[in-house]
Amino acid sequence: MTNEFVLEAIQREFSDSVISHSEPYGFLTLEIKKEDIKKIIHYLKDSSLEINFLTDICGIHFPENKEKEVGVIYHLHNMMTNFRIRLKTFMPIENTEVDTITDLFAGANWMERETYDFFGINFKGHPDLRIILNDPDLGYHPMLKEYRLEDGTRTDKDDKMFGR
Amino acid sequence: MSENKIIKTDAPAPPGFSGEGFFATKLDSLIGMARSYSLWPLPFATSCCGIEFMAMMMPTYDLARFGAERMSFSPRQADCLLVCGTISKKLGPVLKEIYTQMAEPKWVIAVGACASSGGIFDTYSVLQGIDKIIPVDVYVPGCPPRPEQILEGFMQVQALSQSESLRRRDTPEYQNLLESYGID
Amino acid sequence: MKDNELSNILSQYDSKEQIDGQLYTLNLGPTHPATHGIFQNILTMDGERILHSEQTVGYIHRAFEKISERRNFAQITTLTDRMNYCSAPINNIGWHMTVEKLIGCEVPKRVDYMRIIMMELARIADHLVCNGVIGVDTGALTGFTYVFQDRERIYEMYEQICGARMTTNMGRIGGFERDFTPKFHELIKDFIKNFPKRFEEFCILLERNRIFMDRTIGAGPISAERALSYSFTGPNLRAAGVDYDVRVAQPYSSYDDFDFIIPIGTAGDTYDRFMVRQQEILESYKLIKNAYENLPEGAFHADVPDFYLPEKADVYTKMEALIYHFKIVMGETEIPKGEVYHCVEGGNGELGFYLVSDGGRSPYRLHFRRPCFIYYQAFPEMIQGSMISDAVVTMSSMNVIAGELDA
Repeated sequence: MTNEFVLEAIQREFSDSVISHSEPYGFLTLEIKKEDIKKIIHYLKDSSLEINFLTDICGIHFPENKEKEVGVIYHLHNMMTNFRIRLKTFMPIENTEVDTITDLFAGANWMERETYDFFGINFKGHPDLRIILNDPDLGYHPMLKEYRLEDGTRTDKDDKMFGR
Repeated sequence: MSENKIIKTDAPAPPGFSGEGFFATKLDSLIGMARSYSLWPLPFATSCCGIEFMAMMMPTYDLARFGAERMSFSPRQADCLLVCGTISKKLGPVLKEIYTQMAEPKWVIAVGACASSGGIFDTYSVLQGIDKIIPVDVYVPGCPPRPEQILEGFMQVQALSQSESLRRRDTPEYQNLLESYGID
Repeated sequence: MKDNELSNILSQYDSKEQIDGQLYTLNLGPTHPATHGIFQNILTMDGERILHSEQTVGYIHRAFEKISERRNFAQITTLTDRMNYCSAPINNIGWHMTVEKLIGCEVPKRVDYMRIIMMELARIADHLVCNGVIGVDTGALTGFTYVFQDRERIYEMYEQICGARMTTNMGRIGGFERDFTPKFHELIKDFIKNFPKRFEEFCILLERNRIFMDRTIGAGPISAERALSYSFTGPNLRAAGVDYDVRVAQPYSSYDDFDFIIPIGTAGDTYDRFMVRQQEILESYKLIKNAYENLPEGAFHADVPDFYLPEKADVYTKMEALIYHFKIVMGETEIPKGEVYHCVEGGNGELGFYLVSDGGRSPYRLHFRRPCFIYYQAFPEMIQGSMISDAVVTMSSMNVIAGELDA
């Protein structure tokens, strides 16, 4: 099961969903349109490709890419043939929503909640989308690049030494 | 065969006046001695320092020989609160609640850099030191501190419990301290 | 609690009076002696039976992913230690391998074998704590004291190579900071000679103990299909019957030179998880023995002067070493752009690092695929219908480490 074989199978089935593809460090990476990501993951899971293990879901924020600031990245895995694939989908920051895959993989529940917590991405159809790791009183989605890391109450750090 | 040297490990008697069948000393010293050798800690172990705390309880470093035989997990029955590990802002109210539930006399040891000052985690979600919400008696720095260092911190609480006045809860300084934290 | 789930449960009861009298809510946590770590479980119970549970996590969320966007690659090693702090070397070495994959660095064979020895020692330490804690939760406190003695011996070995006991910050990008010292050789020979006997003392306490088996068999089961759907990996998945181990599926660091078996269970319950970890300790011991006996000669680090700090004596005398030292400490080295995902077999499963680099001194985005976070979401399903004491034992057998859960 090589990268070319899987890429060709996906492009044959969903020829207009795949925006771009690449192989950084030998890992097949596809950028998919936001509306079709769930169909493609479902196809990968149920077809003879058998890519049916969800390794991870995470988010990413590129403030410079206009119209494609926030992304969701899925890592999937076929355990029998040890084939891994990465699917990315991007969306504009005004309207960050994508379909949930909790009905395909039970493990996607908390992974999507974590991505929502950090980036504010709304997963349509998620049974219980709420903040999981951060304090509910925080009030913002902290991993977005515009928010700072520190919180400002530390008294022992000397700004002259730390170059702030 | 050389004679075996007997090492006495009993606690020394407090200064007093002794005679045939009696020993007269201050009530404070006697109670201080009893308190310090029977402190029951409440291990509030959140992260990595918790594992070093567990190592300290185990035979190699053995906290039990200092009198802390029984780990009390109920705040009502504990004397000493050992906060081991990072406290986040989400956990702050829980910690304050546990401190308030403890009965006097009570002491707090902040074990580790995270409990003392936030440690390496200067972030939006970590409380930069538990002394922002509860009064602390002893700080044990380290990341994580070696079990011997935590034992040293515990011994300092023993020294405090021997030397403090018995009813420190009635002193005005203590009342002001608690008020400054909003604990009544 | 979700309304449709609760109504499903309540529909079993005939009348509202019956419900009000019988069901109650119990708050297990966040601070509780039986939960080893800080996470809260709100249980809806009918007598001793758990009908529904809901978890709150995030009580030690330290924002590792955000911090790592502001630290250079060597400083992130100290963050990775504090994720699964019971087996910190595995996290450190996994991170170094991720960076080596990004920069395209090959390490010498000796480094691979040294890494195998340290990672397997860490795995033994992690599994010992987990099994000791399963014993404590069923009331067997002595096993825990035996187990910590072995952990102290492993700590002494860590100290020889990196100086620290628990949060080790072990190794460098490209290898190790020093070779094995003579004292290390002495300690590891002693370990290889004496560990099986000492471990046997712990095994005979619990493995075929009638009370322990009655407590743990059938507690918190999960089937292989549900485990795979929940993205389980590691000993929890192997106890459910699936033989997936990253060390065998995609070998890294010369694991394919060695032959070891992957123990699997059948029912996915607590006793299977305990026994899988016991077997894995023995397999790790065999790996350490083989790796140490066949340790090849060679350098203890790769030749990557851009990332590996030069010897201090050279820094004071040679010009290039001084320049490299300055560039590494100030963060001026050129780092390739790209994205890489690398995973290692951690104490709890597939620990993955997804690194997106934009050429700067810190990663643009670093995401940790933490196995504890992913499998803890299956806990309500595993304990539904069981009694509260089974829930406690199930939680400790899953080896949920709070640092890894919240990151």
